[in-house]
Amino acid sequence: MKIFRREYLILSVLAVLGLILLGGCKQEHRFIKKTAFKDTNSIVIVFAGPVDEAWAQNTGNYSIYEKPDPDIKLKIGKVSVSPDKRTVVLTFEEDLNQDQPHILNISEIISEGKSLGTAFVKVKKLYFGYLFSILIGAMIINNFVFTKYLGLCVFFGTSQKKSTAVGMGITFTIVIVFSAMMAWFLYQFVLKPYRLDFLQIVVFIGLVSLSVQAVDTILRKLNPALFKAFGVYLVLVIANCIVIAVPLILADNEYNGWESLMLALGAGLGFLIALFLMSSVRERLDLANVPTTYRGLPIAFVVAGLFALAFMGFSGMSIF
Amino acid sequence: MPATTKTNSQLVVNGILNENPIFRLALSMCPAVGISTTVMNGLLLGIAVLFVQVFSSCTISVIRNFIHPKIRIPTYTLTIATWVTVIDLVLAAYMPAAYKEMGIFVKLIVAFAIITMRLEMFACKNSVPASFWDGVGMGLGFMFAMMTLGFVRELLGMGTLFGYDILGFKPLLFFVLPAAGFFCVGIMMAIYNYVELAYNRKKKG
Repeated sequence: MKIFRREYLILSVLAVLGLILLGGCKQEHRFIKKTAFKDTNSIVIVFAGPVDEAWAQNTGNYSIYEKPDPDIKLKIGKVSVSPDKRTVVLTFEEDLNQDQPHILNISEIISEGKSLGTAFVKVKKLYFGYLFSILIGAMIINNFVFTKYLGLCVFFGTSQKKSTAVGMGITFTIVIVFSAMMAWFLYQFVLKPYRLDFLQIVVFIGLVSLSVQAVDTILRKLNPALFKAFGVYLVLVIANCIVIAVPLILADNEYNGWESLMLALGAGLGFLIALFLMSSVRERLDLANVPTTYRGLPIAFVVAGLFALAFMGFSGMSIF
Repeated sequence: MPATTKTNSQLVVNGILNENPIFRLALSMCPAVGISTTVMNGLLLGIAVLFVQVFSSCTISVIRNFIHPKIRIPTYTLTIATWVTVIDLVLAAYMPAAYKEMGIFVKLIVAFAIITMRLEMFACKNSVPASFWDGVGMGLGFMFAMMTLGFVRELLGMGTLFGYDILGFKPLLFFVLPAAGFFCVGIMMAIYNYVELAYNRKKKG
């Protein structure tokens, strides 16, 4: 019995890892080895072999845009080719917004007299830095509670005591990571290939209820002590908009596996931080002399407004 | 709660005043803070919620005798999700500009606690007409709250109403900032509380 369990565990971990790697390293064109940002306004393209210089110098062969706005093409000022003709540097007239992934379209690559076809390449920042910036972005800069105003019902409901707030935050983080990964998988491999995007809402809400139920059952069997502490918050998680907002954001932005994981983790931890901050203030407020009409929720809203003002200070911050 | 004895007009007024979803029941506050920056936004989301609330209430009320008590919550959720998908697609097709401004909130109607709560408390125990009027009341209450907030924030923040210039200057730009949504909701709740306290005092004395 025990061996069975361990095998299942290892198998499922391997399966998840494999899927994530599959999403993480997708080969875009076999002739292009690497693309990267350089300085503030250049992009470096490394080819697998030497390219035709006359072709490479022609700016008309490249078109590039930021991923969210395919209509706005960026203007290329200068193209320079390295002596071994394997590296091409595109210099742009304006600085690039390096927080956004860029899509580079190279038409009819010519190398040693042969045409190698057209290539679409994604240009992104250093991958781990990018992942880290998604995590911090979801956690602090775009905190779901204070800058996106989601999950307020549960936020005000469970921020009266510090112990409740921490319990809720941890439970929420576990559930959201679990359900966001399932939603990502289902969206990328089932809904999108079969053009069922319009079923997003129905599928995601079902998935969230399902994962809450699953976490409930698993926790009850594996760790009854933990279940006793956190079980009561599980029901509340379903009523939280963040848990349904994260899958929708993942689907809208076409994130891959690692990015989805980071966004979900960031959202969960951000909610934990918000709950902790709020509960600390509300414990103090209990001792204060608040006007009768403001007791309870009204004063909590005003305090949340002050927090939101403070969190606005993070806006526009960029990590790398 | 047994089947209701209130008349239709009482049901509607109940949703707007006594059990106002945002200011009294303190449910579905995310949109109240998030997108009540203009009256127009409030009106549009209000209409969307009204639509979803009325149709889900009627649907649940029609099939209330066939729902097994154990699976009632998933049934509610799926019903709401279906109607939200309908309104989401309709808005995206006919009002793309407004749809873009409301962003993710239209899809998030599915997670609004108020709709599920009304289905659980009212629609699954009452006849179709009563559920219909209760849905109208709750939807109007939500719309009323959203529009009040939008009115205050748009007038004080930008000096306009429905996009038309009213004041000619911008009194307090602060109110357009998202953070002001929290203050506005807090102050409105305090006003509702104050009215209730004053009313009770009057009744006693």
